[in-house]
Amino acid sequence: MKKYIFILTLFFSVFSVMKAQEKGMAFIKEGSFVPLYGAVSKNPVVVKSFYIDVYPVTNSQFLEFVKKNPSYRKSKIKGIFADKSYLSYWINDFDFGNAKPNSPVTSVSWFAAKKYCECEGKRLATMDEWEYVAMADTKKIDARTKKEFNEYILSWYEKSRTYENEIGKTFKNYWGVYDMHGLVWEWTSDFNSIFLSGESRKDKSSDKNLFCGGASVNASDLMDYAAFMRYAFRGSLKAQYSTRNLGFRCASTTKPKI
Amino acid sequence: MKKITIVFLALALSFYSCKKADIKAENKAETTKEISDLSIYNLPSKWTTQDGNNIELKSLRGNVLVMVMIYTSCKAACPRLVADMRDIESKLNKKYKQNVKLILVSIDPKTDTPERLKSFAIENQMNQAPWIFLRSTEENTREFAAVLAVNYKKISPIDFSHSNIISVFNPEGELIFQQEGLGVNNEKTIEVINQEAGKI
Repeated sequence: MKKYIFILTLFFSVFSVMKAQEKGMAFIKEGSFVPLYGAVSKNPVVVKSFYIDVYPVTNSQFLEFVKKNPSYRKSKIKGIFADKSYLSYWINDFDFGNAKPNSPVTSVSWFAAKKYCECEGKRLATMDEWEYVAMADTKKIDARTKKEFNEYILSWYEKSRTYENEIGKTFKNYWGVYDMHGLVWEWTSDFNSIFLSGESRKDKSSDKNLFCGGASVNASDLMDYAAFMRYAFRGSLKAQYSTRNLGFRCASTTKPKI
Repeated sequence: MKKITIVFLALALSFYSCKKADIKAENKAETTKEISDLSIYNLPSKWTTQDGNNIELKSLRGNVLVMVMIYTSCKAACPRLVADMRDIESKLNKKYKQNVKLILVSIDPKTDTPERLKSFAIENQMNQAPWIFLRSTEENTREFAAVLAVNYKKISPIDFSHSNIISVFNPEGELIFQQEGLGVNNEKTIEVINQEAGKI
């Protein structure tokens, strides 16, 4: 009998954890879109069904992570995995200072973000996945041609220190995901598939112009400019870098377990 | 009920594996303190050579490494990158050459099986020291590229676009020099390699 109760308790605790987590991730149904950059001759890219965190990872969540994973603490992280600005606004390994617990963690390197997601049994979203989710406004899967939507994103680019805000205060998009725009920029698993220079074949004027800002002057609509900014930013990153306005969230190919 | 117990166990295990990996990494850092913070030997990823041998990068420790990322079905840039690597090899100081490994890492591990790397190596007469071909999982490859600041993207079922960078690592696995571009002047690259290899 005792054993039975034990298993039952186990069952409910696992069940409740699972439930909580499902709430924490949104299901993104398979679809396709033409990204601004990365598609071959403007053919749509297929994004397979996946799950993505509803919110970016917060300071308090990241604190839990570094408690369990000493080698990712501010004082311990190796130079190959993060530059000197890693968690620069944290006072020490276990104190994020004046930052709010519910604000997104930023100043984290790609390696740390990747490891965090691994430890959650998840992964970082690919750039195509991220862009796919980010093109939705509150009502439409693809709102990229909507003037107000683009004005919203662009007006965010002009605001400073939005990383100090708490998660979940921007709009909830079509998929039930918050903060894709308006809070922080986010790492993607393949951020290093953007080319600034030294690329094999297409390192000619047109592609290079994409990142110099010059090309954006000719962009046909505002959407292009907003996306230009994101791709250009990713193209300028190295995996060790960490900056104050760059955070992350996790994704999962399979139904989240824990 | 059994099923649930199994699920629970699996969950518990997945937690455990993450933690274990971290603890292991820590212990390792303690026992072999000499691996510096900036060394690629901190990467735990496993790689397979053209001969099907499984290695960790740190087994290469003590050599000067000259590394480039390529894929064997590439028709445009890679043959030239390979030629650049050959040119570097031909100009190395004979006295110190045994301290240098020239390594070609596949960015297309799906296609570039060890067998395929092997035949590529034989075709190009690179199936002997100091040449090594490596492949790993797609994830490890992405991570390794991130360390080298090499960018790449699959642009069609058989083609990738990628940065053309040849990287030089000292015996401790620290990145000391990068040569960017195709067919560029490699004088400085060779100087750095010879200098480092001469110290061993």
